[in-house]
Amino acid sequence: MTATLNPSPVKADPALRVAEASVQIGQRRILDEVSFELTPGTVTGLIGANGAGKTTLLRAILGRQALSRGQIAKHGRIGYVPQKFLLDPDMPLRGRDLVGLGLDGRRFGLPLPSKAKAARVEEALRQVDAQSFADTRVGRLSGGEQQRILLAHALISQPRLLLLDEPLANLDLRSAKEVVTLLSRLAAEHELGVLISAHELNQLLPVMGQVVYLADGRAISGSTDEVIRADVLSLLYRHHVDVLHVHGRVVVVAGEGDQVLS
Amino acid sequence: MFAPFMVNAWIVATLVAIVAGAVGFFVVLRGSAFVAHAIPNGSFAGAAGATLLGVNVLFGLGVCSLGGALGISALTKRGRSDVATALTLAFLLALGALFLSLGGGYAPAVYSLLFGEVLGISVSQLVPTVVLCLVSLAALALIYRPLLLNSALPESAPSSRVELAFLLVIALATTMTVPVVGTTLIFSLLIGPAATARAFVSRPGVAILVAICIALVIVWVAIGASYLSGWPVGFFVGSLSAVAYATGRAYSALASR
Repeated sequence: MTATLNPSPVKADPALRVAEASVQIGQRRILDEVSFELTPGTVTGLIGANGAGKTTLLRAILGRQALSRGQIAKHGRIGYVPQKFLLDPDMPLRGRDLVGLGLDGRRFGLPLPSKAKAARVEEALRQVDAQSFADTRVGRLSGGEQQRILLAHALISQPRLLLLDEPLANLDLRSAKEVVTLLSRLAAEHELGVLISAHELNQLLPVMGQVVYLADGRAISGSTDEVIRADVLSLLYRHHVDVLHVHGRVVVVAGEGDQVLS
Repeated sequence: MFAPFMVNAWIVATLVAIVAGAVGFFVVLRGSAFVAHAIPNGSFAGAAGATLLGVNVLFGLGVCSLGGALGISALTKRGRSDVATALTLAFLLALGALFLSLGGGYAPAVYSLLFGEVLGISVSQLVPTVVLCLVSLAALALIYRPLLLNSALPESAPSSRVELAFLLVIALATTMTVPVVGTTLIFSLLIGPAATARAFVSRPGVAILVAICIALVIVWVAIGASYLSGWPVGFFVGSLSAVAYATGRAYSALASR
């Protein structure tokens, strides 16, 4: 480690460093030398179409997918909110119980009543504004409410890195906006590196400090101004694309088929 | 019905109910009713084999239920869980059929394995049952939190070790309960009380206690009713489980209106 040489190790030490990470399954290359760093305190958007490799990249960061090449260096705990959570409505488990399992769910033995634990659960619920529905069975909550509970479940272990797989996919516009604002606030308050995967970047634009844009397993990262440009994305897609700005929204569209770049 | 020869029945049935209620809570939570059906039924091969070889039936049950659990676990790693479970069950049943035909003239014993003989529990069966009961409860207490987390959020907390540990707990519970209530009825005792408890309470720990209480009431009433009526214990266990579940569903429907 060279971090000790640096005068301000917190800033210089990214929460996550992905270096030339490649994943090959059979003949198919899912990730192709993906490199980027995640800075604590910022929200990073992992943008790409379905099949671009977003979930594989998240799985690789979580250590559930072996790399065929490259490295992923992580510092501190990782909180993870999966994409699909279809919780059984009859499951006898309250939001509060699920958040508590985020704290001690990997420990053995029966849980003993603990005031300290209850206080931490309450605090995690407060952070995501989920106190009002914490005593309802999780499976009976709305999609947005379940997501908040899962977020509190991930936050309570005090991670340095928070990964969310398509958190906006099943939310209406208003809930999506609330979640994005909440994540941005949590990133700043807790010095968290937040990585949000999404196939649509507009909802993340207001809060994104960095974007990792994935296409066909290749990635390019930087600020949104650096990355969301026709020339940059055309190189990434190896195909001409246009970036249109419409009423403050960004649209990436494919150009004519014969304008292939390489 | 509290005659000395009945004492063993009451003790063993009580232990079976406690284990079935607690293990059943997780079986229902994880949606693994099929596994809970397959392991006890598959273990019947072990009992048939043990009788054929002249060794302790409990030993045969243990070998086959643990073997079934390990088989399901190994096959599930590379395939669908329902298919793995079905093939493990079918293979064990086929073995059981072979052992039966080699043994010959075994029909009454088969009947008791399928439907139990709680009224015929001997003192020599009591000690292993108590030990197995304590071991399965201790194992379940040990993995309680990881198992609860893995059952609720298999996506964010995948753990093949916890899954295997739970299959082994089902196997232990099976070995202990099959001689008492039979392979068919342990299934209803695992599912009925736990599924009923879910309708009434929303906290996991409380749901386990309620499931145990329901299971206790079911086996006690079943033994008493069987003693008085002369009808099989299994009939009462099976139908009381179904009645309990129907009551729970009715309560849920009314409560959510």
